[in-house]
Amino acid sequence: MNTSASAGQRGADARSDCWVLVEKSDAPKIQIKSKVAALYGDAIRATIVATLSALDASDLSVTMEDNGALPFTMMARIEAAVKRLRPENSCTCLPDLNPAAHYSIARTRLRRTRLYLPGNTPKFFVNAGLHKPDAIILDLEDAVSPDEKDTAQILVRNTLRAVNFYGAEKMVRINQLPRGLDDARALSAHGVHTLFIPKVETADEVRALDDVITQSLITNHQSLFLIPIIESARGVLNAFEIASASPRVVALGLGLEDYAKDIGAERTAEGRESLWARSQIVNAARAAGVTPLASVFTDVANGPGLRAFVADARSMGFEGIGCLHPRQVPVAHAAFAPTPDEIENACRIAIAFKQARALGLGVIALNNKMIDAPIVERAHRTIRIARALECLPAEWEPRVRDVE
Amino acid sequence: MTHQIENAAGRMVPTQVNGREVVPYQGVGKFLPQGRKAAPPIRSCAQYPANGNKVAPNLVEALRRAGLSDGMTISSHHHFRDGDLLMPQVFAAAQELGVRDLVWFPTAVFPSQEPLIAHLDSGLIHHIEGSLNGPLGRHASLGKMRGTGVLRSHGGRYRAIQDGDAHVDIAIIAAPAADAFGNCSGVGGRAACGPLGFALADSQYADHVIAVTDTLVPFPCVPWHIQGNYVDQVVVVDQIGDPAKIVSGTTQITKSPDQMLIAEYAARFVREAGIMRDGFSFQAGAGGTSLAFTIFLGAMMRDAKIKARFIRGGSTRYLVELLEQGLCDYILDGQSFDLDGVRSMRDNPRHLPTSPFTSYNYHGKGNFASLLDCVVLGATEIDLDFNANVVSHSDGYLLHGIGGWQDALFSPCTILTVPSFRDRIPVIRDQVTTLCGPGELIDVVVTERGIAINPRRQDLFDALRGTKLPLRTLAELKAEAEAICGGAPQPARVGDQTIAVISWVDGTIIDSVKRVQ
Repeated sequence: MNTSASAGQRGADARSDCWVLVEKSDAPKIQIKSKVAALYGDAIRATIVATLSALDASDLSVTMEDNGALPFTMMARIEAAVKRLRPENSCTCLPDLNPAAHYSIARTRLRRTRLYLPGNTPKFFVNAGLHKPDAIILDLEDAVSPDEKDTAQILVRNTLRAVNFYGAEKMVRINQLPRGLDDARALSAHGVHTLFIPKVETADEVRALDDVITQSLITNHQSLFLIPIIESARGVLNAFEIASASPRVVALGLGLEDYAKDIGAERTAEGRESLWARSQIVNAARAAGVTPLASVFTDVANGPGLRAFVADARSMGFEGIGCLHPRQVPVAHAAFAPTPDEIENACRIAIAFKQARALGLGVIALNNKMIDAPIVERAHRTIRIARALECLPAEWEPRVRDVE
Repeated sequence: MTHQIENAAGRMVPTQVNGREVVPYQGVGKFLPQGRKAAPPIRSCAQYPANGNKVAPNLVEALRRAGLSDGMTISSHHHFRDGDLLMPQVFAAAQELGVRDLVWFPTAVFPSQEPLIAHLDSGLIHHIEGSLNGPLGRHASLGKMRGTGVLRSHGGRYRAIQDGDAHVDIAIIAAPAADAFGNCSGVGGRAACGPLGFALADSQYADHVIAVTDTLVPFPCVPWHIQGNYVDQVVVVDQIGDPAKIVSGTTQITKSPDQMLIAEYAARFVREAGIMRDGFSFQAGAGGTSLAFTIFLGAMMRDAKIKARFIRGGSTRYLVELLEQGLCDYILDGQSFDLDGVRSMRDNPRHLPTSPFTSYNYHGKGNFASLLDCVVLGATEIDLDFNANVVSHSDGYLLHGIGGWQDALFSPCTILTVPSFRDRIPVIRDQVTTLCGPGELIDVVVTERGIAINPRRQDLFDALRGTKLPLRTLAELKAEAEAICGGAPQPARVGDQTIAVISWVDGTIIDSVKRVQ
């Protein structure tokens, strides 16, 4: 039987993290080595004592090497170490809910950018929301090594409670089911807005997850959305059923790396191998009334490449992409924004529609071309987006008339 | 312990430093010393070889001829930054002569000079009067240096030499290229570093001036950034600097998204405040955020077709690009940070070397710093009245020099770019650990969580009306950072012993630094 266990990261690269060793001891003591000891030594000791007490583990000795970890991280590392030593310990030590970090989001909000944050790397968390992505996505799946899944889950839970993401939708990419069910159980009641479900192949998986969430939520008032990611040939074939499997589903994602492998193709820059899958995802998502989201653009230093990627995704009907670096966010937002030509055209159509209605005309024409209902609808949608992005003033109508 | 007195900034400072009477800080622009400037001894050309050959056989002999003796002050400049290989050779030569208790008076020290701590311990060097960076600062902070450190800005150092606060017995000029007459150029040779302005005062006012080079060229060595007419002796050594550490091949822009966000906010602030307009000027250094600021502002200038009249460097390839793309008329350069900076200064007549005399000197009849429309600087701490610290960390350790920071505060718009916290340590404090710059000179603080404008600058608030930039108060930024960090930090444990003093640009003492317990 083990007499000690550790969790967290040590060394100069582990900025904003700490490493914790807990040991069985007859005379428990606390040893702290911290780069912020002169300024937070007392606070760190208090955090350790309080966390051990909440975990009913005050009989353990603690050795901590700290690289500027914030309290929520410290608590997560201590809890993870204690649970590694005593897997039967079912206590939790939850950081206080940060009221500023808790906000609700609308089902239909923009999801142009989701910024991936590796779930076990706390240094990226506290400032991620400042870069104004539509969503942040705490990743428990590919970004976390298999032997750190336990520590990352606790860290992500504490992060959801403590960290303010400044209005970004708080997403978590859980692990592939069945492990993902455990992630959902551990996280659902702690302020996550949306779960990303990787490698979904059937509607049953979504329904199983829906059941777990419903059981885990503290109140029925809380909404929690789902975004299944399709990453296989079978998943693509089932895309519509998956997107329609639960009212919690708000969007449908697509993972191209695994998909290419699954169909026996190489992933290429131009993406010929995934053309049908991408079209199918857009079509299935739209048929189910949810938003189609494109995959991640991984070449973080390539601004022009990112713009082209977004333009291509947008032209196929996708409404969002994944980002790996915060500086991709403004570039992607700009690329998703309607162009000035598109906005002007949409305004002309909307005005023509209004005028025709006022005159009781059944048919609308603009520049000798007939405008039918879907075009009007698209124009209204473009205007809504342009207004949301402040590309168009509230009093846009007179201005466009002036142009005419 | 020497007598301490409260100065006009409310800080306790000693009235004597290293046995010399000093004046406590009185406020910005209040202290105006009278009298005549210090002067070097009279020399005549008849005392020097008529053929112009001033080459001495080696450093030991040159120091002996210079009359090196116990307690003398040796000065040096820091254009080689972390690539200096000369000063260890100079002090090794001094050691051979058996002298003690020297004062080292550098324009700055760098981490690679850590081995010189051995000379502090052995008694060869009594103390350092100059910016105490990194390991040397840590050494001094622990009370291990005899004597008291005196930190001055670049302009304050020039002033100190001129009004006799600091007397240089022997000036060492590290010259990337020199001729036998003593003309020194910063843009030739293996250790090319750009301008040599930091050595200017030393060359003009020291009792004795020794130029040291590893690249001796036939007369005339041009452009003569230091004129041979000031130089007593020339010494040739195998190597004076490590080129790889003097300038970087190419300057890398920061990858930190948070630094880039701060830089972008600062650049947008400059644009929206109306500072970015045709013919304007600015200064931004080569640090991560400053460099990114230059890049963002440059892109905004390009988009808006706006041209600056001049930009003050630290030059980098990004500044050089602005010059070469016609987005500014002149670079006025205090130091070059990369090979593009050195090349441009060598080849482009619009890229001019400057010195602390032209840029910053407090005893000049004006200087360039107050002409700049805006400057972007860093800080280690800022208090709620915009007072700032640039030399010590919140744990009390003295780890950075002042550089030109104090001098540059005189710009009409001084912008400090800082993160709201570093590694859990909040930057905005109730009181700064060490006061280096009075808040009345600091106009804007830009953090990743918002921009605070000094309430004294109602004009800037007016200019920013209706902006989408996140304007906040320092108190709000402080509260937010402290909430993230888990409360305000506990006070640093420092004792009563003064290990260094901070000189204001006029020579008065604005604060003292205490020994860390």
